[in-house]
This record gives sequence, C-alpha cells and structure tokens, in this order.
Amino acid sequence: MLLEEILVKPMTRSPIKPILEALIFVADQPIQLKEICQVLSDEDPKEIEQILSDLVIEFNSRDSGMELREIAGGWRISTRPCYHEAIRRYLKTKPSAKLSLASLETLAVIAYKQPVTIPEILEIRGVSSSSAIKTLLDRRLIIPKGRKDCVGRPIMYGTSKEFLIQFGLKDLSELPNIEDFEELLAN
Amino acid sequence: MVLPKNQPDTLANAHYKIKLEVFEGPLDLLLYLIKKDEIDIYDIPIAYITEEYLKYVRAMQELDIDLAGEFLVMAATLIHIKSKMLLPISSTQASELEDVADPRQELVNRLLEHKKFKAAAETLWSRAEIEQAVFTRAPIDSDKDNPEIAATIFDLVSMFKKILERRKEEIQVEIANDKLTLAQKIKEIKGLLSLKEQISVSELFNNAKSRTEIVIIFLAVLELTKESIIGLVQTETFGELIATRRDISKAYDPLANQAYT
Repeated sequence: MLLEEILVKPMTRSPIKPILEALIFVADQPIQLKEICQVLSDEDPKEIEQILSDLVIEFNSRDSGMELREIAGGWRISTRPCYHEAIRRYLKTKPSAKLSLASLETLAVIAYKQPVTIPEILEIRGVSSSSAIKTLLDRRLIIPKGRKDCVGRPIMYGTSKEFLIQFGLKDLSELPNIEDFEELLAN
Repeated sequence: MVLPKNQPDTLANAHYKIKLEVFEGPLDLLLYLIKKDEIDIYDIPIAYITEEYLKYVRAMQELDIDLAGEFLVMAATLIHIKSKMLLPISSTQASELEDVADPRQELVNRLLEHKKFKAAAETLWSRAEIEQAVFTRAPIDSDKDNPEIAATIFDLVSMFKKILERRKEEIQVEIANDKLTLAQKIKEIKGLLSLKEQISVSELFNNAKSRTEIVIIFLAVLELTKESIIGLVQTETFGELIATRRDISKAYDPLANQAYT
C-alpha cells in the first residue's frame, strides 16, 4: 500500500468514531469533550457526544485488555485492572506504598468537606494534621483553594484532579455518600 | 505530668499489659476503648471510660511516647463531662428534664463523625487500590513537553570554533596567566548562574582576555555540563546556546579533576 493511501482516512459513513478513539488513545491526560470539540471544530458537539457514547459501548463490549471510561472529567483508555499481574511483571513495578492512616483520614475529611481549613480538619480528626497535609500536597492529591475569610485567613484545601484520577472518580459527585457510612456503622 | 518513679501505682507495678498501638489521636484512642469493651457509643459510662483513657495516657507517658497536647485536652474534656454528670440536677432543671442536654452528647457526635470519616478513608483506599492496577499509555513526546532542544556537544564545539576565529585578529599579545584555573572559572560561571536562571553561552566568552581564557571557559562549560550542574539548550536547531541552571548547589571538586586545573 502506498503511504498516501495509509495516511488518508478510510471512507466510512461516520469517520468521527475512529478519530475519537485515536485521540483518546493519544491523550496522556483524560481528554475532555471540550478538547475533542476543539480538535474536531467542524463537527457538531452534540454529534461528537453521541458518537462518543456509542464508542464507549462498542469499545467496552469487545473482549479486550483495555477499557474506555470517563475519569476526572475526561475520557481515557487504560488497561483493565484484572490484567495487572502480567503488566507488573513486564514493567517490573510494585504498587505504590499505601498512604498512612493519618493521611488517608485527612484526605477523606478534605474530600468530603472541601474547601476546608486545617483547624476544621483538627476539629473532626481530633488531632493536628499538618504532616498528613504535607504528604498529601507532595503527592499532589490536594491543592490550596484560597483563604477563608475569617480570623487568621487560614488556607483552605480541596482535592485535585490527580485525586480523581488516583481514586478512579469521574468527579466529586461520584464520591460515596458520607451519610451511607453512618448507616453502615449503625448496622 | 510525669509520674514519680517511686509511686507504688506506677505502671510497672500495676499489672497492666499494654498492647502498644499507635493511636492517631484522642478520638482514635476513645473509639478503641469503646470497641475493646463493647461499650454502647450512645451510652458511654463516662467515669469508667475516663479512667481507662487516663491509664493509656499515663502509659504513653511512661513509655516516653511524645504525647500530643490533644490527648491532654481530651483528658480534661472527659473529666469535665464526668464532673457535670456527677452534679445533682436542681429541681427546676429536673422539671424540664427533657431539655437538659446530656453532657456526653457533643463528645458522642464527635466520635460518630470521626468514625464516619475513618470508614470513608478505608473505602477511598480500596478504590485507589483498584486504580493502581490500571495502566495508561506512557506520555508521548510533544512540543509542549520539550520546548527546547537539548544541545549536543557538537553545537558547543562549533560555537567554540566560531569564537576562536572571531578573536583571532583581536588577540595580539598573550601573557601567560598562571593564576587562571579551571576551578576558578567553574566557580565564576556557577556564581553567574546563581544570579540568573539561564545565560547565553556566547556571553560567557565576551570578556575573555586571552586564547587560554577562551579555552578554559570552554572546558569549564564542558565540565559543568558533564557533571549535570548546568544544562545546555537551544531554542531552535542551530540557534543560540543557552546554559541553564540545573544543580549549582552541587559541589565541584577540583581535586577529582586535577588534570584540568
């Protein structure tokens, strides 16, 4: 086949779908619908959205080692979690160390109460959380979200996009409802 | 609040087996005590729990565990609640018994809230564990990632040649200057880069007074690049060479490179 023939997009009824798939594959951050629309500016955003949801169904129904899903406000192609053993053998990596209990609890408080200040976290955890905050900042799981308009103008913290990615969330509304934990505890 | 060693009631004498757990904070310790003795969280026997709590706090002090102030604040809170519960309710209050708040209520609320977030933290972690088993493509090089082209040693050499040619006519007399060393020059360049983030390499040669100095500057740049103390970049192919600061805090050891000095 001639190079020209390979590079020219094949003529199909809906050429957007393969382009979408290619774009999502190439993006190293979850690609937002907005970004896709910018690249395919000639296409109707509504149509792109429709084709995108078709693609997700099609992609995930084929029995492949990869999945296409919405994460942190964008679309991403990744391997399926069940194949991690072979991948780890190949990459020779280990899962990263678990966050300390203190860091995890602090992160939970920030995730549910954001934007939240250090004194407010202290109130809930009953213990100073400054070293946990530092760990979470270092791991880019939380980011400062301005200052609270009160005495001392303490910094408010909230979760980052990296948090959504590392915890597999589309957006914050996907966090399990905190009140459900109450019921869980009652039982 | 250090216990005197000669007091008979110290921990060594009291036959307490302390299972050393690291408690995140006073609320954690309280929850542990409540769970351990299967206490109903909504009806905490405050006198008992206060006593248990203080035993642990004393034990931690005994073991020289750096006790956070929060533990002592909680001890005070518990004693305060205990004393409130011991106070007889006055007859006027008794008539409105329904309205008299349980002094434990605030503490119970805090414990429940804390427990909720502990459960949430565990759930969050199980999500993260699944995500850790998921892999994405490694980043593809794009112009966004590397706006600068890393310069090669050939770029540096060709530039050096140009400078020497340009200076050929200018330099008339050469007076040997024994004092000029490579180590000195390296220090000088490091000094310049501690003031500026980056500097044009040709600028470094501007004030060179002799051929020897040009050569020494050249060697200094080579050496600094080799040691990754500076980086050489170009904004375009065949563009101007720029020395960027990478790790100027790194010590340069002239002894290790005595051949050059």
